[in-house]
Amino acid sequence: MRMGRRIATTLKRAAIHAGPTVLGIVVLDFFFLQLMPGDAADVMATEAGSASEETMAALRHQFGLDQPVLTQLMNFLNHLAHLDLGFSPRFNTSVLDLILERLPGTLLLMVTALGFALLIGIVLGSVMAAWAGKWPDRLLSIVVLLLYSMPGFWVGLMAIVLFSVKLNWLPNDGSETIGAHLTGFSFIADRLSHLVLPALALASFFVAVYARLVRTSMLEVQRQDFMRTAHAKGLNPFLVQLRHALRNALIPVTTVAGMHLGNLLGGAVVVETLFGWPGMGRLALEAVLARDFSVLLGVLLLSSLLVIVANVAIDLLHAWLDPRIGEA
Amino acid sequence: MTAKFRPTRRATMAGLSALALGGGRASAQTPAPKKGGTLTFLQNSEPNTLMSGTTTATSALTNSGKVAEGLLEYDYDIKPRAALATEWSISPDGKTYTFKLRPNVKFHDGKPFTSADVAYSIQMLKAVHPRGRNTFANVTEVKTPDPLTAVIELSKPAPFLIKALAAAESPMVPKHIYDGTDPVTNPNGNAPIGTGPYKFKQWVRGSHVIFERNPDYWQPDLPRIDQMVCKFVPDPGARSVAFENGSGDIGYRTPVALADLDRLKKLPHLVFETDGTSYSYNVSLLQFNLDSQYFKNLKVRQAIAHCVDRAALLKVVMYGYGVVCSTPIAPGLKEFHDPSPSPYGLDFKKAEQLLDEAGFKRGADKIRFKFPMDYNPLGDEGRKVCEFMRATLSRVGITVEVRSQDLPAFAKRIYTDRDFDCTYNGHSNLFDPTVGVQRVYWSKNFKKGVPFSNGSNYNNPKVDALLEGASVENDPVKRKQMFIDFQKIIMEEVPDISLFSPLYLTIKNKRVHDDSMTADGVESNMAQVWLDS
Repeated sequence: MRMGRRIATTLKRAAIHAGPTVLGIVVLDFFFLQLMPGDAADVMATEAGSASEETMAALRHQFGLDQPVLTQLMNFLNHLAHLDLGFSPRFNTSVLDLILERLPGTLLLMVTALGFALLIGIVLGSVMAAWAGKWPDRLLSIVVLLLYSMPGFWVGLMAIVLFSVKLNWLPNDGSETIGAHLTGFSFIADRLSHLVLPALALASFFVAVYARLVRTSMLEVQRQDFMRTAHAKGLNPFLVQLRHALRNALIPVTTVAGMHLGNLLGGAVVVETLFGWPGMGRLALEAVLARDFSVLLGVLLLSSLLVIVANVAIDLLHAWLDPRIGEA
Repeated sequence: MTAKFRPTRRATMAGLSALALGGGRASAQTPAPKKGGTLTFLQNSEPNTLMSGTTTATSALTNSGKVAEGLLEYDYDIKPRAALATEWSISPDGKTYTFKLRPNVKFHDGKPFTSADVAYSIQMLKAVHPRGRNTFANVTEVKTPDPLTAVIELSKPAPFLIKALAAAESPMVPKHIYDGTDPVTNPNGNAPIGTGPYKFKQWVRGSHVIFERNPDYWQPDLPRIDQMVCKFVPDPGARSVAFENGSGDIGYRTPVALADLDRLKKLPHLVFETDGTSYSYNVSLLQFNLDSQYFKNLKVRQAIAHCVDRAALLKVVMYGYGVVCSTPIAPGLKEFHDPSPSPYGLDFKKAEQLLDEAGFKRGADKIRFKFPMDYNPLGDEGRKVCEFMRATLSRVGITVEVRSQDLPAFAKRIYTDRDFDCTYNGHSNLFDPTVGVQRVYWSKNFKKGVPFSNGSNYNNPKVDALLEGASVENDPVKRKQMFIDFQKIIMEEVPDISLFSPLYLTIKNKRVHDDSMTADGVESNMAQVWLDS
């Protein structure tokens, strides 16, 4: 019962916050984008290498860039109210189609990366906490420090050099072998082999964050009364660590992981470009370079929705991990 | 002069002795072509349309010709050969072009290709194509006396027109798909049909396009491969890796960083070729803003010209991949290029003297003046050229600040805001100076907001007269002289300093054969390409 009420409150709060947040993001972004020099017509003409007054005027008219800025904003909002994200000049297709085509790729990459980061981070952190101050802790601390200080794209580049170039084990580009018509197991294996390197590159930094976080909070939990009680009851030490210590130590980890979803989207821009992964991050970068603002606004809108949804999910997860949270 | 061309065996053999020609006949030097396989074509950026009748973006040109073909194709010396047209003739006054079309050619939807499609396509190019507007500006009418004859009537001669009919430059599109629609937004741009050797199959945005073999192609034994996967790989490092580990088969216009070339050239499975790059030569140059307080002065421009060591720059910045060039017309356009060197040879003393005379004497800090240098960010060499110039010009007391921006910001600064002093830039000469060079120096093409127009704001009535004259001059000898005179004036007045013409490499896996058989290389229909199994 309590859980049901809890879910209802969380959803209600999210719904109330979502509208103004999204509107604010869209309007602010729209004006920020106006500050960028050059427009989509400039891009198309420079890419084309030739232009005339007529083609420039035709391009601006086609993209609606010949209208006043406020009219452009009202047009965009009006379309948005009808759940229409507009038309992309650079990609010559509807923005919604474009984003929906890329969304699964990015979600897959993000969820896998977050999964890798949490799994590896929690395992490393637990090991470090269990042997705190001894050599496994020291050794892993160095590894974690390295992961923390190396940018994801560099890890990715080095992984490409090792696994794609030298060993030729894993592909370096794209999300599948194109035109190979694979089915069944070989299809899944192909997708996985393309996924491993970018997901690990994206996860590397977060592995370090979670490992350190888990280590700290596990050590903190060790000193709590209920831990002493559990040990005194004569429970298996491994189970004590898993069910009593880790479960409580996971609260800060999940909070931070929720906030990291936004960071992951940001990191995805670099990793997707590096690995030629057809996702939203690369789309966002291409949209900026092409001054294709309808696409960029669409990506930002969807990303903000994604972060809001993730926050709701984290709230609910907290309720499950620690039923005391948010009861008042 | 009558120019009547028939693609006789002798004519075609002359320029093409080593090439396999139509019908799948292979010459003695190459092994017999094999059938089947998938060619993976690596491309730097994704096009916004697969039909280049509405744009001249390289990314669109790369793909368009596979589906939509041209009336003609060209050998490496840009001499026309039969494609969709089997015979062609130009009237002595240069105002009537007659094309006999290939019979029994069908679009991918089964409808026949006829002169009505030619007429529609030419008119469409004249209306919406960024270059076609100029190329076909003099076209008054396209007559279609019978389904296999198209006659283009011009108001004035257009001596460059016969070179403009390649597939990617002037694609022949199906009238029945386009009639009554806006060509720019016509869905045929996203899922094209044409007469070409490959049928469009799939376009996954952000990833790839797949073309598959057209079994009903008009050349019976072609094409040879089953499918062509065009993969968009924006990162140059990723392209290098793809060539290295064999996941990419071919890429063109030097698809990797120049610094990577030495390493890749050591790999036994890669081949580097320069065939098929003669349809479009570029000239890279330092372009002055003639409204700038420094560079409106001819002596300052001459002084800078005296400081430029083209050979060293080519070696340091381009790793030697290019040809030095001191005129606006690239050495590759042999017909028109003036090979004489710049009248301002490497001479720092002379440069200092000219700067003194211009009133820019060295100050207390030994500096004469300071200006920002921008660069076109399309290639990866721009920044290095600016840095080279910064080092060079510091010797004569000029301080250069290298300024970076992305492509749209660059376009706006140079062509709309005109807020620059000097920029490194590049122009494509294309197949003829009237099409590719005139726009940069013609005073009537000083147009704010139009990229690659007359960015210097150069204005010389003599040059205008030469360019306008050459654009309608039917006599090739007179026309050549006009371009030579034009180049002499530009070299003397230095509204810009031409530096070099880059040499573009096509990189391919050695299993790929017969990919670049025409002047436009892999931008052609690539009907003959085949793969070792």
